[in-house]
Amino acid sequence: MLQIGLTLGLFLILVIPVGKYMYHVAVKQRTFADPVCDRVDHFLFRILHIDIREMNWKKYALTLLLVNAVMVLIGYVILRLQGILFLNPNKAGGMESSLSLNTIISFMTNTNLQHYAGESGLSYFSQMAVIIFMMFTSAASGYSACMAMVRGLSGRSMGNFYEDMIRCITRILIPAAFVVGLILVSQGVPQTLKGPVTAYTIEGKMQDIARGPIAALESIKHLGTNGGGFTGANSANPLENPNILTNITELLSMMILPGACVVTFGHMLHEQHRLKQAAELKKEKSKKILMGSHGRTIFLAMSILFLIGLGICFYAESKGNPVLSRLGIVQTGNMEGKEVRFGIAQSSLFTSVTTSFTTGTVNNMHDSLTPIGGFIPMLNMMLNVVFGGIGVGLMNMLIYAVLAVFLCGLMIGRTPEYLGKKIEGKEMKLAALSIIIHPLLILGFTSVAVICQAGLAGITNPGFHGLSQILYEFASSAANNGSGFEGLADNTMFWNLMTGTVMFFGRYLSIIIQLAIAGSLLRKRAVNTTAGTLRTDTGTFSITLVVVVLIFAALTFLPVLALGPVAELLTL
Amino acid sequence: MKKVWNSLRTALVFAVTMIVLCGFVYPLALTGVSQLLFPKQANGSLIEIGGKVVGSSLIGQDFEDARFFKGRPSAVGYNTYTAEAKKAGTYAGLSSGSYNYAPSNPDLKKRIEKDIQKFLKANPDKERKDIPMDLITASGSGLDPDITPEAALVQVDGIAKASGLSKSELKAIIQRNTTAKMLGSFGEEHVNVLACNLEIAQKIGIIS
Repeated sequence: MLQIGLTLGLFLILVIPVGKYMYHVAVKQRTFADPVCDRVDHFLFRILHIDIREMNWKKYALTLLLVNAVMVLIGYVILRLQGILFLNPNKAGGMESSLSLNTIISFMTNTNLQHYAGESGLSYFSQMAVIIFMMFTSAASGYSACMAMVRGLSGRSMGNFYEDMIRCITRILIPAAFVVGLILVSQGVPQTLKGPVTAYTIEGKMQDIARGPIAALESIKHLGTNGGGFTGANSANPLENPNILTNITELLSMMILPGACVVTFGHMLHEQHRLKQAAELKKEKSKKILMGSHGRTIFLAMSILFLIGLGICFYAESKGNPVLSRLGIVQTGNMEGKEVRFGIAQSSLFTSVTTSFTTGTVNNMHDSLTPIGGFIPMLNMMLNVVFGGIGVGLMNMLIYAVLAVFLCGLMIGRTPEYLGKKIEGKEMKLAALSIIIHPLLILGFTSVAVICQAGLAGITNPGFHGLSQILYEFASSAANNGSGFEGLADNTMFWNLMTGTVMFFGRYLSIIIQLAIAGSLLRKRAVNTTAGTLRTDTGTFSITLVVVVLIFAALTFLPVLALGPVAELLTL
Repeated sequence: MKKVWNSLRTALVFAVTMIVLCGFVYPLALTGVSQLLFPKQANGSLIEIGGKVVGSSLIGQDFEDARFFKGRPSAVGYNTYTAEAKKAGTYAGLSSGSYNYAPSNPDLKKRIEKDIQKFLKANPDKERKDIPMDLITASGSGLDPDITPEAALVQVDGIAKASGLSKSELKAIIQRNTTAKMLGSFGEEHVNVLACNLEIAQKIGIIS
């Protein structure tokens, strides 16, 4: 218990300065990195001939789509041809077409669902030029979209996609990934271009030991909330996550940027508010803030949801699997699929964090979690607002904030407003659409898989857990998480295409709609705050937000969760 | 048309530049610095005895000899194999992962029962309630190098009998290879199985 609290405490200490730094990067204020990064940026802008004028939301969204599409195309070609390209010491062959398509969509959409095993399925060239590259660019795409949305909501112009991407990669991701990478190497994560090595054991047998540029992938995998491992076992593998220090480093690095996005949001609104006040009252006062009142409200709501989930998951895993007690074993928690060096506490913390912050990296095998222990990660991905992936989690939560404002408005009989803008029919329609896509993808495709022979063929655990396996796979795809109930036999044409489709729509439809809402609000005139305005920067609003999120998720997903994990629990 | 072509070209050039920057410059720079600062760790923390690699301190191994400590059940057999198995094609190649059995899966119960029987046979003076949880549950990676101190101590009697080493010697070996919780609270106490067995091998003269 104590170690969970301490780890979360570390997160709180780190998230505030990082959020402030990200705010400075987003609004182009001076930072300590400028002397170096400015030169790099100018050099890049010059050789790329990039027009860095402001974009409106349509241009921003279109550019994002175009750039992502081009990257998908290049990546697909590399995966197909990797067998004949260089840097292939583990002798991986070219990837099959439906698997390549699934993999490339998976990595471009920040999902990192893996239907291949990294040790044998990818060459080092692909690991670097496709996987690591996409881990940076997909994270930066999410960050850019989020910053554009937040700028729009706070009344600024939306910015330039290329500029946001480059600033995010050169000022945040690469420096952070390098430092985290070095920490990981110092603890034993390999970083080499040499191939696997064969050891001769003291029992006269042989053992193959995987190697490769693992640390470089590992650091950005967490920082960019990507989650796709170098090896099949992901961060459970001691080569990716050798000890407790690396485990905490990996935990913090996947939490830090999604958390910091909320802080950045708070700073942006606070600054905009201050400027407006300064203009009206003709006085310049600058109060130091931690995360701004709006940021704090959202952060609190997310934290409440996170802590509820974590508490339940930890409790369920500590109680263990009753089947083992019946075999006469003394119960010390569910260790199936877990590593001794992490134990129950660090494993359930990792499980909660990876699904809340939709990273998808795992340090224990989720398929072997207890029914309720597995219920929580599934629920986290179904909500998809508990911090969420880098950038997009905040975007989703802001849509729920719009919805909460609307519901409260109906209850107290006032025109709903959020952040000083009226919420009207158009925004509500878009918000409703954005919220409904997620359950529609998960439940729709789950039902398709359940009635198809090809879908049922993937199930490897009998009984109610089989439904959970399917449900988890689609929840993970739609939330762009990427973890799995890995028992699912998912490298088939059916599963590759189905999850590919879900990941694609789960990512891009939401981003486009959310940018549209921001664009539409940006064009509106600000209304003045009066005594009758519903305050959206209070603790009360945090609670309202939590309730709205839970009611919507409960109504939509409760029936299917009752058939999966809950039914399994009752039959154990 | 020209405008479309221009945006397409920009996107393409941007993508290629990012591949160079993120896919090559960054990982290669990290490789260089890592190899310079932490050459041992960066190459897989290999353990060499007499110029030969006998394993990695991070990865567990599959032990069968009664004189050695046993690790946890593994779905991939710790990637350990015999020359015959490789020739016969029963070794599937480098991998990692778990059985992915659900708690309700009857196969899980069967596998655990089998491992309980195996343990009781090797340690005839022990009962079911003495078996620590981690010795009969499979690790997530299939490569877990560690067991809990309880799981090491419960094996001492059996190993003492088979190897001729004294119990106190074995307990000292366990003690030396136990890692405590970091700062007294983070993580769990654990014993590295390979490190223990290397010491045993040295004492009984398998390796010098």
